[in-house]
Amino acid sequence: MKRKFLALCAATAALMVGATAAQSATTLETVKARGKLICGVSLSTPGFAAADDKGRMQGFDADICRSIAAAVFGDPEKVDFVLTNINTRFQALQSGEIDVLSRQTTATFSRETSLGIDFGPTVFYDGQGLLVPKSLGVASAKELTDAAICTLPGTTTSQNLTDFFRTVGGKFELVVFESPDENRAAFYSGRCEAISSDRSDLASIRAVANNPDDYVLLPETISKEPLAPAVRQNDSNWRDIVSWSVYMLMAAEEKGITQANVDEMAKSEDPEIQRMLGGADELGKMLGLDNKWGYNIVKSVGNYAEVFDRNLGEKTKLGMTRGPNTQWNAGGLLYAPPVR
Amino acid sequence: MSDTQILPAAMNAVARPARRSEWRSAYFGTPGNAFVTLVCGALILLLAKLALGWLFLNAVFDGGADACKQSTGACWPFLADKLRYMLFGFYPFEEQWRPLAALCLFLGGCCVSMIPRVWGRGLLIAWAIVILPVLYVLMAGGVFGLTEVPTSKWGGLPLSFMLSFVGLAFALPLGIGLALARASHLPAIRVLGVGLIELVRGVPLISILFMAAVMLPLFMPDGVTIDKLLRAQVAIILFAAAYIAEIVRGGLQDVPSGQFEAGRALGLHYWQVMSKIVLPQALKKVIPALVGLFIAFFQDTTLVTIIGLLDFLDTVRTALRDPDWQGIAVLEGYVFAAAVYFVFSALMGGYSRFLERHFNTSHR
Repeated sequence: MKRKFLALCAATAALMVGATAAQSATTLETVKARGKLICGVSLSTPGFAAADDKGRMQGFDADICRSIAAAVFGDPEKVDFVLTNINTRFQALQSGEIDVLSRQTTATFSRETSLGIDFGPTVFYDGQGLLVPKSLGVASAKELTDAAICTLPGTTTSQNLTDFFRTVGGKFELVVFESPDENRAAFYSGRCEAISSDRSDLASIRAVANNPDDYVLLPETISKEPLAPAVRQNDSNWRDIVSWSVYMLMAAEEKGITQANVDEMAKSEDPEIQRMLGGADELGKMLGLDNKWGYNIVKSVGNYAEVFDRNLGEKTKLGMTRGPNTQWNAGGLLYAPPVR
Repeated sequence: MSDTQILPAAMNAVARPARRSEWRSAYFGTPGNAFVTLVCGALILLLAKLALGWLFLNAVFDGGADACKQSTGACWPFLADKLRYMLFGFYPFEEQWRPLAALCLFLGGCCVSMIPRVWGRGLLIAWAIVILPVLYVLMAGGVFGLTEVPTSKWGGLPLSFMLSFVGLAFALPLGIGLALARASHLPAIRVLGVGLIELVRGVPLISILFMAAVMLPLFMPDGVTIDKLLRAQVAIILFAAAYIAEIVRGGLQDVPSGQFEAGRALGLHYWQVMSKIVLPQALKKVIPALVGLFIAFFQDTTLVTIIGLLDFLDTVRTALRDPDWQGIAVLEGYVFAAAVYFVFSALMGGYSRFLERHFNTSHR
């Protein structure tokens, strides 16, 4: 009996390992064979990745995943979202549990060099900022003296504050809270003079205050947080696909191609638009994708502006402005290389 | 069986006439008692009034987040909007009848299994070859025309139940085995048992979950992944088994060694002695401790959020972070979660007291 049980266990284990073992292929082959993209996203960050009432994943990061799925399969819904958190996100990528990590992750030197991952293009330029009540009468972070600042635990957040106040010669007191809810409650109740986090996060903190106009986001950005999708390193083709799916969103905005007018634009005489939407040349084949990959992305998720406005923009509860996330020709940082 | 049902009824009949005067002397016998009774009564009334006001009188039943923001009472629209997400997480919306059916089947199965009369080999077989496979097929799909739902989309209450109860169901026999191994006279088996138990008990559950979630995949060959949920489940089984083993060992030590020797003297085999004489007595004694552990484990499964699994508490927590509701329905969400955990923990506690009474009859 016991031996039978053991044999059964061994067989089950072998089956489960075997079922997923046949994948020492490239990521694109694996994804195509599986018929689905597996994308690692945040557990719950409104605007970036969070469930709606029907349990459907919505948000900026989720739409990046959908655009990659659209490029590979022509169908934005062929993506499974795997919830990752701060501690497990890179490991999930390294072990092959996910194909791409799209989770508000800051691209840094040490992550790119030592974690066995490669970052794609920056999809959102974020930075650490400070939010204060208007009643404090402060117009710049340099005017904060001996302020108590609420933050979440995390070495970079406090490190950035320490660095910043050292350079401007000010003093501050750090008040750390374990949970985001406590952190916000402490700030609203006046426990701290300021709250510090990424500017995108501060926007949502301000948005849910009883009276958002009572709070003001200080102009200083005290750290650079370029958020980018990441892939496993040494798979150049897959990285190209992820990178160019993102660039396609930006290029589409630059060329004025939207979800609504993409069919019309496909008839355009502009040779670059022709190349982007698969009307001319064979750019898709060079990625190992369908030649309509660009068309499929814009048709299913829209261009960068549409993705941003839908999830984070001024019409949403988060009410973020584009800030540095505008096109290069409008003074922003979004600059897709030419599609040729 | 029949004894247990007659006995309380008979006691009630005898006790009733005496009860009223007893009641009076207990609560109002002395001025001090009367004072405490009145104060407590007033407190209870006050709390009830507050709860009633919050839950119903001041509560918002229609409308959206703005109505809730104005009101001081509970925000029922939040629960209505988010209920399905809180219960089932990211499970595809159109398919959510499946986890619901699984949940009902599971709870129904548990209710039936709680009746002592149906205990037996048949019940075990029914669970092993009917209920558990049906639950799995309902959740995972892929056959009988059910769409396949990967485990990464499982979440909410079914996930919590699965991790805790399936975990405990597998941990119990494993734990008993470990306890027997630890009490064994064979040195190799004993050392193995002690080693495993102490190793697992020597580290926190979170670190075992991390091992399963983060470390294990790095040791696997390229491209080989074992389902994350399965890894967490195995981690929980191992962890629970070690604690169960120690509780069962306590029970085993409480059984006089004469019982074992008498069994052997009758010519019974080791397993027969253990399964028919020693273990029934030992397990009976440790029911309260085991149920305490079960309740603790049911609540400890909330730790899986650390490794990115969306258990029930976490679906509630993430529902609260929806920008539309953020900062508005915090209390409602947590009260709902607390109520669900309380109901199931209280049921387990109540059932444990019933079991103790049920088994005690043979000793009195």
